[in-house]
Amino acid sequence: MVNERKGEVQFGEQLTYRGHCVRSALTSGPGILWVSIFLLVPLVSIAVISFLSRGTYGEIQRPFTVENFVRFMGFGFFGYDPLYPQIVLRSLVLGAGTAILCVIGGLPLAFFIAAMPARYKNLALTLVLIPFWTNLLIRTYAWQILLAPENPLARLLAWLHLAAPGEPLYPSAFAIYIGMICDYLPFLVMPLYASVEKIDWSIAEAAMDLGADGWRVFWHAVLPQVVPGLVAGVILVFIPAMGQFVIPDLLGGAKTVMLGNAIQQQFGPSRDWPFGSAITLLAMALVMIGLYLYARSAGEKGGDIL
Amino acid sequence: MQTTNSYAIEVENLVRRFGDVEALSNVSLRIRKGEFFSLLGPSGCGKTTLLRIIGGLDIPDEGVVRIGGVDAREIAAHRRPVNTVFQSYALFPHLSVRDNIAFGLRMKKVAKPEIERRVRKVMELVEIVPLADRKPAQLSGGQKQRVALARAVVNEPQVLLLDEPLGALDLKLRKQLQVELLNLQRRLGITFVYVTHDQEEALVMSDRIAVMRAGKIEQMDEAEALYEHPRTRYVSQFLGSCNILDATVKQRGTAGALVDTPVGGLRVEYGSNPPEAVWNDSFTLAIRPEKVTLCAPGESGGENRLKVIVEQLLYVGSETHYILRAGPQTLSAQAMNVKVGSQGFDIGQEAAAFLPAAGLLVLDD
Amino acid sequence: MRRLSLSLWLVSGFLYAFMYAPIVVVMVFSFNAARHGGPWRGFTTQWYARLLDSPDKIDATKNTIVLAIISTIIATILGTMLGYGLSRYRFPGKKLFSWLMYIPVVIPDIVMAVAMLSFYALVRDWLGLFELGMTTMVIAHITFQIPFVAIVVRSRMVGMDPAIEEAAHDLGASTWQTFWNVTFPLMIPGVLAGAMLAVTLSLDDFVVSFFTTGPGATTLPILIYSSVKRGITPDINALSTLIVLASVAGIIGATLLQRPRQQSGE
Repeated sequence: MVNERKGEVQFGEQLTYRGHCVRSALTSGPGILWVSIFLLVPLVSIAVISFLSRGTYGEIQRPFTVENFVRFMGFGFFGYDPLYPQIVLRSLVLGAGTAILCVIGGLPLAFFIAAMPARYKNLALTLVLIPFWTNLLIRTYAWQILLAPENPLARLLAWLHLAAPGEPLYPSAFAIYIGMICDYLPFLVMPLYASVEKIDWSIAEAAMDLGADGWRVFWHAVLPQVVPGLVAGVILVFIPAMGQFVIPDLLGGAKTVMLGNAIQQQFGPSRDWPFGSAITLLAMALVMIGLYLYARSAGEKGGDIL
Repeated sequence: MQTTNSYAIEVENLVRRFGDVEALSNVSLRIRKGEFFSLLGPSGCGKTTLLRIIGGLDIPDEGVVRIGGVDAREIAAHRRPVNTVFQSYALFPHLSVRDNIAFGLRMKKVAKPEIERRVRKVMELVEIVPLADRKPAQLSGGQKQRVALARAVVNEPQVLLLDEPLGALDLKLRKQLQVELLNLQRRLGITFVYVTHDQEEALVMSDRIAVMRAGKIEQMDEAEALYEHPRTRYVSQFLGSCNILDATVKQRGTAGALVDTPVGGLRVEYGSNPPEAVWNDSFTLAIRPEKVTLCAPGESGGENRLKVIVEQLLYVGSETHYILRAGPQTLSAQAMNVKVGSQGFDIGQEAAAFLPAAGLLVLDD
Repeated sequence: MRRLSLSLWLVSGFLYAFMYAPIVVVMVFSFNAARHGGPWRGFTTQWYARLLDSPDKIDATKNTIVLAIISTIIATILGTMLGYGLSRYRFPGKKLFSWLMYIPVVIPDIVMAVAMLSFYALVRDWLGLFELGMTTMVIAHITFQIPFVAIVVRSRMVGMDPAIEEAAHDLGASTWQTFWNVTFPLMIPGVLAGAMLAVTLSLDDFVVSFFTTGPGATTLPILIYSSVKRGITPDINALSTLIVLASVAGIIGATLLQRPRQQSGE
């Protein structure tokens, strides 16, 4: 007496494969449709435009060409100009540097919050969340004030002979990094803290019991346990940081042009959309590579970022 | 022509596979109306799967399920005349106790005054009236249990399915609720299908028990019969415990036989319904520890009386459990501590053990 | 692990100060009497009073709020449906789509901004639609809000005890009855959390808005950026301070709202 298996029972009701598809279309359909039309299609259009040319007045026109990419690589009219490869490198360094510095700052913070007694833990966490939710623009331009020549920080560094007196500390790479860390630190602390909260301290105690000293205990018994949160946090910082536009724009100058600025320039004042699209496409490629590497290392847990 | 309302639940040749594993292998049974029926077995034996299939929360790969004589295969869970009490209670956290209980009636569009009347009656029945306006988060385990019960029972289902409802409660509360559940079932007359891994619980409450193992029903019978006449080693040791002896026939008579066992010679009776194995030259004998009587050493000469040495003694309050050495094998015996103070047997002491022929059971395997 | 206490306190204190320094500075300098920004020249509250007289700032505020409300409502509806659907039902290509959903979470905002800009330009050429303005901004906002809402809702759905819905069906509730009476009420805290996230994302957004805005549709972040580019003035600091205070109030309010709900939500 074999029954024709008509689907499975899930949450109390019987659904066939067709039933799943129908329900999916009704629920997930609209959302997916929207995101496809208004995100995927635009991204594709960027890809298409990157192969087009710029007209005299800045309009997009055919012929199709790979000139934009060639120009990006640096092979221009007047010989090899490494401008854009340098920008890419600088952006990658910025992303990596920001991530590393955020890790250095984030680890103590995460442990600090985790070590707080229960009553104050929420408070400590909320205190990290507040800057996180405050407008980035405001927090970034505020550094212009903080780094102005007549204010304490500049005066301190001048007194220490680390900077010229009377000169603002921005625009500079230093200013950009400060702005980046200030912005991205909470991004790293949040997932990291989630891992730190779950640390099994008995392993560290066992290590101490077996005679390991402070550093070794930390390195071998504690740190490995927070790796998932650390990796999630690093990805959450590195990938967006590479493409950051506002912070280098407000705190950096001509010598510190990043990918984000380069893109904005082409879509703004320079009105060279095809070239800008090429840069954007390459930026996207970098993002995708980063995501792919993360997905491979994290396995199925990729979706736990948030 | 079988009358359509003779059985509450009929299950025929049910098979349920999960990947390569057969959670249910060709299971068949019939549950009578008004009976308290238990599915007993360890984790993974398929009892919960069977219950869920009856309730419509799962579909079998093969086989038929009939509820009240009606083929239930095409009937969705929400239209079956059965209700389930879940192991985790599954109370609706956003509804009060009263609204939880009223839920099923509301879904069936019963008139408001009728809902109120029935809900009130059921709350009185399980004694939770003062909790009516509380939310599940404010209830204790035992209280949640009663609400879950009330919520199911108020719908007056043909069959009530209970999935280890008392599992999360402490011992005293469990025992108290076992008796209450039993009384409730008697009062309401609803057929109960009860899933548990606790054999004592099953024995206390059930009319009939099906002992399950690895997706099959090993033995199904009334509680007392199942306990007193287990047919396999597994059943004999799952329900209570049992001494197992390998016996070889020395001399065969009309009503019984004389056999040889590692602990000595014994006389075995065939009984009224002897298993096939009785006619073999050797078979497995089993006797329950409480049937083994411990006597003074002088009485070791008679039939089925063995000379033993008390090897171990476990005091369990109302009883004492003895491990007796009889030659190459040990026997366990259990006796109520009837005397005040010492029961008269110490470790290392010689004694006599009496294994009554009526208590010697022949097993199928 | 109490041995690290003192140095940990010091380092953490420094880091907290570092993160709050910009906020504090903006608040302090909003009271600076110096007319064109620059060094401190005395205390005044005139800039706050001035704000009420600035039509452009009031317009920007209105636009920002309207934008946030409209986009959040639509994004929450679509995102909730998406999150629910993804957590329950299968369809061919589901795994691929799930990964696609994470793109807006990690994509640099400028990439998204520029993509939308190009898309609008192309559509404008072909169909004459999508003149840059409020509509284009709303659409762009919804697009990056939906995945966030979906992720939040989906994770709440996954954490729900399936036995509760089984119980609802067992008691006689049909598909719709179960959803309306049991599933949806239990989803609400998750939906609200998603909505709050969406609102914040919209209110704080600069880059995407900057590229998709048009005449008359300036938002507060855009206004602030343009002003800052010309030089920081105290009235901008005053405006920023108000915005910061509003955010803080919002966060504290949201945190307080979350706590009592936890008891009945799970």
